[in-house]
Amino acid sequence: MGRIHRFQLNNKNIVMDINSGSVHVVDKLVWDIIELYENNSTEEIINKLKASYPEEDVTAALTEVKALVEEGLLFSEDLYIDDINYNNQNIVKALCLHIAHDCNLRCKYCFASQGDFHGDRLFMSLDVGKKALDFLVENSGNRVNLEVDFFGGEPLMNFEVVKDLVKYGRELEKKHNKKFRFTITTNGVLLNKNNMKFINENMENVVLSLDGRKSVNDDMRPTISGEGSYDVIVPKFLEFVKMRGNKSYYIRGTFTSNNLDFSKDVLNFKELGFKSISVEPVVASPEQDYALLEKHLETIINEYEKLSKEYIKFKKNGDGFDFFHFMIDLNQGPCFIKRVVGCGAGVEYLAVTPEGDLYPCHQFVGNDEFKMGDVYNGVNNLDLRAEFKDANIYSKDDCKDCWAKFYCSGGCHANAYNFNNSLKKPYKIECEMERKRIECAISVAANLEGEED
Amino acid sequence: MKHIKTLTRKSHKSTIAKGGCGECQTSCQSACKTSCTVGNQSCENN
Ligand code: SF4
Ligand code: SF4
Repeated sequence: MGRIHRFQLNNKNIVMDINSGSVHVVDKLVWDIIELYENNSTEEIINKLKASYPEEDVTAALTEVKALVEEGLLFSEDLYIDDINYNNQNIVKALCLHIAHDCNLRCKYCFASQGDFHGDRLFMSLDVGKKALDFLVENSGNRVNLEVDFFGGEPLMNFEVVKDLVKYGRELEKKHNKKFRFTITTNGVLLNKNNMKFINENMENVVLSLDGRKSVNDDMRPTISGEGSYDVIVPKFLEFVKMRGNKSYYIRGTFTSNNLDFSKDVLNFKELGFKSISVEPVVASPEQDYALLEKHLETIINEYEKLSKEYIKFKKNGDGFDFFHFMIDLNQGPCFIKRVVGCGAGVEYLAVTPEGDLYPCHQFVGNDEFKMGDVYNGVNNLDLRAEFKDANIYSKDDCKDCWAKFYCSGGCHANAYNFNNSLKKPYKIECEMERKRIECAISVAANLEGEED
Repeated sequence: MKHIKTLTRKSHKSTIAKGGCGECQTSCQSACKTSCTVGNQSCENN
């Protein structure tokens, strides 16, 4: 495959060196040289470009290009490592606890089927929750940082268990020299002063679900009685975020084919005063009327570009916000191995149902074929675990040849499975969106380089 | 350099030796829960 990826966006010519991860912003001359570089000799390049540029400029620019090539930061070779020696001990370090398979909203696109995950409405008992934390500690080897997300349905519907589990986790931390990082995902309906206080004190991140503009939200996120939820939730979220101070949170929306102009929803969040924003494409099979289809891609891609322009403008004016997918920290990103192995579902990350069953991640819960074991007996479907472990950017044909592989890391297994019936065949629409988001994020970084935020 | 501004010189290769410690955040726990972008996570060793 090619060794570089070039694109022009937001007034920048950007050259990404795929294999080293180095990123360069170049002028038009270097942009043209790069195009010729691999298939032409130095003389040929000079000859081809001297009509458009002074020859000494071409020579000088070529020297710069060659210096980077020599340093291994341009046209560098693939690091292909055939033996990805990752997690031989099958360490588990993160759990998604399905505290309640029940919900007090009836979001139309809910992958959890309005909270019950295709099963009965159920709450996790304290006993199952404790067993899950024990299981995590026992299987975490020498990892210190352990993550537990309280998820649902709607976890606030079973909040006493959440509180007791946090307390139990703190006891385990001391005994076993671990550190639990608790997070929670909520729709906000049941937020009140007491649970807000508890969450702010104990959760390191909080994901607040809301879909953006009132009309968009109320259409997709009605209450049980069919009314809109926006007016109930927004004041609570605003109060919550104010109490939260500097601790991390995300307001998180979903976009569907009903709001392909989702940049407006992102900006609506910003206007309301939220600073950390994530708006994600819906995961829905094509027969749903709100599903995202190939024919929507062009609009979606333009929308990401549009958002990136606004985003840069706000940041430059000192009035910026964070959009999850535009926040690539080019210098402190994850190590190579993490980039290769991806999300860790089914291996180091597992989901736990209210009954204590283990699944590869929250998106697979409810699909019996993917049951991996339970918190009492541990993981017993070893073949399935091996299959997840083996799904990485070198084992997926599409990823091998994709310039975005070291940012994307192979996409979402659940999407791949749902759309292509294989963990190793990424879902094309997701890929296109992901590649655009990465280009946008890098163009944002290029535009903000040297600016104080 | 006059024609090129390098945003990052970090090379993936240099992170192999020290990498893979597994202490960093699981990507799907961060904000989205439906898709995966590992590139915007951060490393615990930086
Ligand atoms: S964008 Fe698609 S093909 Fe590229 S790395 Fe991600 S999942 Fe693989
Ligand atoms: S399979 Fe998809 S939803 Fe599940 S943890 Fe991985 S990226 Fe997240």
